[in-house]
Amino acid sequence: MKKLVWLASTATIAGSVLFLLAAQDLSIVIKSADRQKMAITDFRGSGDAQNYMAVFNQTLWADVESAGLFSMVSKSFYPVRIPQQPADFQQPPAVNTARPKRGQPPAPTTGNGLWMSDWSGPPVQTTYLTFGYGAVQNGVFVVRGFVFDMRRGAPSEAQVIGKNYLGSVDEAGARKAAHEFACDIITQFSGTCIAGSHIYYTHQANKMATKEIWGMDADGSNQHAITHFNTATPGSSFTSVSPDGGKIAFTSFAKGQPAIFVFSVDSGRDLRFYNQRASVNETPSFTPDGKQIVYASSAPDDYCCRIFIADVSGTGFRPITAPGSIDVEPKVNPKTGTEIAFVSGRSGHAQLYTMNIDGGNVERISDGSGEATNPAWNSNGRTLAFAWTRGYATGKFNIFVMDVVTHKYLQLTHDEGRNENPVWAPDGVHLAFASDRGGTEQIYSMLADGSQPQKLTSQGINTHPAWGK
Amino acid sequence: MFERRTVPAICLGISLAVLAAGCHKGNTPIAQAPPPAPNPAATTAAPAPAPAAAAPVVAQFTAEPTSIIIGQSSTLRWQVTGDATSVTVDQTIGTVQNTGSRRVFPSQSTTYTLTAAGAGGSTTASATVTVTEAPAPPPPTSPSNATRPGGYVTLEKGIESKVQDAYFDYDQSEIRGDSQSVLTQDAAALKALLADFPNAIFKLEGHCDERGSAEYNLGLGDRRAGSAKEFLVQLGVPADRIQTISYGKERPQCTESDEGCWQKNRRVHFSPGQ
Repeated sequence: MKKLVWLASTATIAGSVLFLLAAQDLSIVIKSADRQKMAITDFRGSGDAQNYMAVFNQTLWADVESAGLFSMVSKSFYPVRIPQQPADFQQPPAVNTARPKRGQPPAPTTGNGLWMSDWSGPPVQTTYLTFGYGAVQNGVFVVRGFVFDMRRGAPSEAQVIGKNYLGSVDEAGARKAAHEFACDIITQFSGTCIAGSHIYYTHQANKMATKEIWGMDADGSNQHAITHFNTATPGSSFTSVSPDGGKIAFTSFAKGQPAIFVFSVDSGRDLRFYNQRASVNETPSFTPDGKQIVYASSAPDDYCCRIFIADVSGTGFRPITAPGSIDVEPKVNPKTGTEIAFVSGRSGHAQLYTMNIDGGNVERISDGSGEATNPAWNSNGRTLAFAWTRGYATGKFNIFVMDVVTHKYLQLTHDEGRNENPVWAPDGVHLAFASDRGGTEQIYSMLADGSQPQKLTSQGINTHPAWGK
Repeated sequence: MFERRTVPAICLGISLAVLAAGCHKGNTPIAQAPPPAPNPAATTAAPAPAPAAAAPVVAQFTAEPTSIIIGQSSTLRWQVTGDATSVTVDQTIGTVQNTGSRRVFPSQSTTYTLTAAGAGGSTTASATVTVTEAPAPPPPTSPSNATRPGGYVTLEKGIESKVQDAYFDYDQSEIRGDSQSVLTQDAAALKALLADFPNAIFKLEGHCDERGSAEYNLGLGDRRAGSAKEFLVQLGVPADRIQTISYGKERPQCTESDEGCWQKNRRVHFSPGQ
């Protein structure tokens, strides 16, 4: 018993040390240590704009916070007077070192929010302040947005961003303006903006319903169906997005046997991928140039599966792996374009492998324990996110990231249900994944160090995210 | 189509024919012209130059109804006036009275031609009966709907009661010992069903439990169905009577998360194919 406790605490300490080491080894930049402090005021609106400021404020805060670049200062610390434009700032009176004369009030020590020092000093102590206001002008929702660096003494020198953001006079317009402002802020601090990117996923109205492919914005808004097969089959799943964001490829039972479909995202049009005659064609994904698709097929013997590569139309296919094992989920390294990560049962249960795109140099990169599935390349071409049961019962998947060169790995989810299908956001620091931690399977996002988990879906059952531009 | 001729129309027709022939003899044109002939065909029916004795006139030759479904009848009615020595209708009807009717049972669309001949020439008229195919019968009773010697009303019921699922170990597609006995019995049952339902196709569905990834399980289910097919083919079930499909873990028959349930889902299940 004693030994167990000791082991457990050692494991915890070892775990946090490993975390620090691994985070560096994995070369994923999460600026947790040197995050700058950011305060974002609630913007007020005039006229009709008032109706949409709550949505605007909520979206702006969520976008900036989830970028993982800032330490957000809670609004409860903010002073009573909130500047709405640079001209609202007042210079504190010159410091008078002489003792005030009898009968005169003491010089004020605060501007109640209109002095820059009210924000840079305690209790707010922020480095950056985001402020502004909304209005409706000529039938357009207009936000004037500003970011000040509060370390610079004078308002005239403090402005980092000052810009107008436009949208339609409704919630969608407010959300658009907020996303664009947040993008400017994130980009200013050398992050990559994920607002405007899209997540595609498998949606099921209930356990008995046919699975359809849906899409949504990166923050979970604007959820909508892309496929409408409505067939009495298991439906469609296993989506991946083309590098330009214009196409999705997925696996569907819509025409009988599981087969690959490529759809245009905007028109929802079936681009008619040519499937080999086989009992299974599945898990398609695009090459980095978007011109080819790698996938798994049971051709020619109907005994699943070898990895194939074909044109984006499905023609010109050729096998990459030899027959003999279940090889699925090929993913081409987005940086080199010459390497494929995939899942294979060749050594027993499913494990992660890499190989050259011509099939040579096959290497197992997971250590053989448990089952490892769902590889997803970071845009750095070096880090894989994947799902692994290592250390847990069969079927208890958690999200891991691994450096494919050193094989060092880091576990990102712990004991919170079953977690699968991690995919990287275009910024390379966010992951989306599916988890049943809340009872039903839903899509979540988080930062690549496992922090800031955010639930993006809640209606029905939602799995297998793919994240594209 | 039949033609209803009226006497004035015939007269006009003859007059026109006479004029066209450049002959001024014969009937004086009617001073007051009737309305234009209703049908140009009426003129062609009387092409001959005006004879001394007028050809007989077919006052009526109709089919009622003009359109029938195969097996139904239509009634031809005719009336010939003038100086006719013989009135005949073709299509094996033959010589008839100047006025009469006849039920006909054509099996395909038929044009009946009545010929009235007399000293002044002959006149013909025709009537067509259009015969349409009867609506298609329901498809012949398929073997799967008939009661068969084995006593199974449908192939589905036969499979349900005679063919058992084969079960597998976790992440395995090899046919384990107990499943070999099951599939051996299944092979006999499938062959018996093929005797009863010669067109039967059997669909082998490969299923998995919920624990592996959905992507990998689609492959595993395919292998389970493929292994079972190979086993059955070796025991003489024709390969072209077997389809395979993997449902991976998409169609569990049991949804609890325990080994009892997982084992039920690691199976090859049989159903009628197409």
